[in-house]
Amino acid sequence: MLTIEHLTLAYGDTVVVEDLALSAADGEVLCVLGPSGCGKSTLLRAVAGLEPPVTGTIHLDGRDLAGLRPDQRDVGLMFQEHALFPHRTVAENVAFGPRVHGLDRAAVRQRVTEALALVGLAGTEFRHVDELSGGERQRVALARAIAPRPRLLMLDEPLGSLDRALQTRLLEDLPRVLSELGTTVVYVTHDQDEALSLADRIAVMRAGRIEQQGTPAELWRGPRTAFVAGFLGLDPVFELQADATTVTTPWGRVPRAEVSDAGAGTGTVTAVLLPDALRLAPSHQPPADDELTVIATVVTRRFQGDHLRLGLHTDSGHRLQVAAWRGEVPDVGDTVRLAIEVTGLHLLADDPDR
Amino acid sequence: MDGHGAEVTDGTASTEQRTRRPRPTRRGVPRGAALALLAVPVVFLGWFFVWPVTAIVGLGLAPDGEVELRVLTRALTDPSVRSVAWFTLWQAVVSTALTLVVAIPGAYALSRQEFPGRRALQAAVTVPFVLPTVVVGSAFLALLGPRSPVNAALVAVLGEAAPTLDLRRTVTAILLAHVFFNYAVVVRTVGGLWSMLDPRLEDAARVLGASRWRTFREVSLPLLSPAIAASAAIVFLFTFTSFGVVLILGGPGRATIEVEIHRATTQLLDLPLASTLALLQLVAVLSALAVYGRLTRRAQQQRLVAAARTRRPPRTRGERWFLGANLAVIAVLVLSPLAVLVERSFVTATGYGLDNWRRLLVDDPGSVLAVPAGEAVRNSLLFGVSATLVALVVGGLAATAATVGRGWVTGTVDRALMVPLGTSAVTVGFGFLIALDRPLDLRGSPLLVPLAQALIATPFVVRTLLPVLRSIDQRLRDAAAVLGASPFRVWREVDLPIIGRAVLVAAGFSFAIAVGEFGATVFVARANLPTMPVAIFRLLGRPGVANFGQAMAMSTLLAAITAAALLAIDRLRVGSIGRF
Repeated sequence: MLTIEHLTLAYGDTVVVEDLALSAADGEVLCVLGPSGCGKSTLLRAVAGLEPPVTGTIHLDGRDLAGLRPDQRDVGLMFQEHALFPHRTVAENVAFGPRVHGLDRAAVRQRVTEALALVGLAGTEFRHVDELSGGERQRVALARAIAPRPRLLMLDEPLGSLDRALQTRLLEDLPRVLSELGTTVVYVTHDQDEALSLADRIAVMRAGRIEQQGTPAELWRGPRTAFVAGFLGLDPVFELQADATTVTTPWGRVPRAEVSDAGAGTGTVTAVLLPDALRLAPSHQPPADDELTVIATVVTRRFQGDHLRLGLHTDSGHRLQVAAWRGEVPDVGDTVRLAIEVTGLHLLADDPDR
Repeated sequence: MDGHGAEVTDGTASTEQRTRRPRPTRRGVPRGAALALLAVPVVFLGWFFVWPVTAIVGLGLAPDGEVELRVLTRALTDPSVRSVAWFTLWQAVVSTALTLVVAIPGAYALSRQEFPGRRALQAAVTVPFVLPTVVVGSAFLALLGPRSPVNAALVAVLGEAAPTLDLRRTVTAILLAHVFFNYAVVVRTVGGLWSMLDPRLEDAARVLGASRWRTFREVSLPLLSPAIAASAAIVFLFTFTSFGVVLILGGPGRATIEVEIHRATTQLLDLPLASTLALLQLVAVLSALAVYGRLTRRAQQQRLVAAARTRRPPRTRGERWFLGANLAVIAVLVLSPLAVLVERSFVTATGYGLDNWRRLLVDDPGSVLAVPAGEAVRNSLLFGVSATLVALVVGGLAATAATVGRGWVTGTVDRALMVPLGTSAVTVGFGFLIALDRPLDLRGSPLLVPLAQALIATPFVVRTLLPVLRSIDQRLRDAAAVLGASPFRVWREVDLPIIGRAVLVAAGFSFAIAVGEFGATVFVARANLPTMPVAIFRLLGRPGVANFGQAMAMSTLLAAITAAALLAIDRLRVGSIGRF
């Protein structure tokens, strides 16, 4: 169990993380999701003891980590771009942790074999790390981080330096490895796909603070702010008028009780359309009661493999996107009718920073 | 000959991308052109290096025209020669080891820790490296003599009964001076690589459970080994062939081969002995260079990051303590000799005053020099400028040939030009004296001084220019060409601005070396045309407070000139001074 409270981190006068609270339960995979420069790597370095906190406490399994050197903390950290020791072989890299922990030779060898088997690299022991491909290096780095059996495993953008295809493949592999380990994991990334597919819980980080935490489904269905919505890939964000009982959209009025609400006030509020809330409405189908009808013009058509993505301009001047799956796909310039599910209209909390 | 054949990346490109990207090849320069560029350096090296050295070998092996190994074996079995060789070897080994022990922590402090004044201090510790050996000798003479501040401090603490510390003419003095002199070589070479090592490698080791010391031993040290080996080899060469420092600080039984060559030539007038010693020295130096070449070739490709990203202020108490300790070492070891030198230049028979400086710069009644002291300054500057021009032409052509040439041309030029660096200056000077009567009798010519100095400076010019020339990305030239630039225009707009600063650096560096050159100059300078180092040596050889004071004043002036040259080029940030 990792518990971080009131943590403030700074480089010189620049505050990188401010009054942050975060916890990860035993065996949980917690993803810290945020744009580059939001302080998420610094957070990991602080937990590892590589950056001294300005204020705040970090507890791991009830033990206060303050004042402990990195080598006394019993945590594992897999670095961005892996930081493999270039002067050592695969086995020597993985053996480093167990060896400096004072294990005897047989035990070290055992740990190396286990760790490499777990990441699917058995038999590569004597290869030099320079000869490895990007994906192999990533696995060696993971094996090296888990070989000392840390109480907490932290991964800093582990897939960041790999190409897209490799990312996808390793993303399928990683959950298995992490669940076999059973260790508490803190996984830092800027990629929402990675976070959504790996995490038990996600903490979205922005400029040194946690903006929102929750399970992937909770975040996906209920982003609290425009920042979280945007970061998860929910767009566009648009403005609406709302009072206590009614929400006025450019396409009609709906009762406020029916829409999804993250805690918006009244007056001008911001909103997003939750995934699947918008669809092309066949012209012959009459609008349902719980739907709003939008008339829009197709301006772009992007081929996405199994579907097409249409960019649309509404009469009210909004830009929307919708997936067109099969059957009759409208051309650029066509006017189409869209349906918005009222429950998929999500009002966002007021964001003082916007 | 780069200390660590490694490439700097911005830290974002993956290793795969870097190693698999095909390197654009250079085109359009036929081998003939590369060889033509080599003509001047080859003639220069042949005439002023190979020929004199051959003459020395000839004199050693065949004094009467026939090869007589008897002379050689006699000299080699001579106990005094053997004891000189032994002293030379062990003091070089100990000096090198001491320098590494003191300077490796310093390299970390100056390259990985950020603190106010770091850049200025880094420049300051490099100053000793370009200081003339004679100045280093004088500074330590002043620092370690009976009236030094060290003794003043002892008296202040312990009272009149305090023992007087006089380390002049001891091995300790020589070793200290060698550490002072070579500190920068290790700090620059090792620190240069250290500042670009990915700090996450050390962080990773720490998080995996290794202590600081273990991290240093198992991660940093192996990764730094190419730079450590290269700098150790260079320090060994410099201390093995140490001349000015040992001549001034050493004494009976404390002479290096280099000093003995000088003594055999000028005092014993035993040229065969001098030749044998020079031969011995040459063999030792060539072996050391071969080892150096092997060590630097082994250098592995490493993933490096931009230096600025690895530096950070000390944050824990341990880190602050470490920095403080290193700053103290620098203050005591590197800065105090310079401070004492300046202080002594103001000491006269009647207390502090400007007499030494007045005699040096204004008028000079009853000097031991054949000429007014001011003339030595003028001679030094004139010779220095001429030597710089020669070294730039020779070194520039050689470096260009080594860049545009292919295969053996590059490698051979690279290695051949390092040989004079390792060969002793005294050997060069001695060789000039015995060999340069043919084809032109240059032995009485004042030209000999700048020629000798240029020979010593040329390897440094090549070392400065070659990495820069090689680093110019062919794709830059390609891009300029595709955008419509003619070959000349490409050279003018791409190559020239990039090498421009390196040429200035090379010029400043060779000027500093030429002005301070002593070993070769002391042989070839005519009595009526002394340079500053020669004048300092003559002044130090005479008794009297006035002569000593004047030597200190001239040393201070010489130190100021070389330091100014160094600091001027340091601002250009090409950053290769003292780095191997």
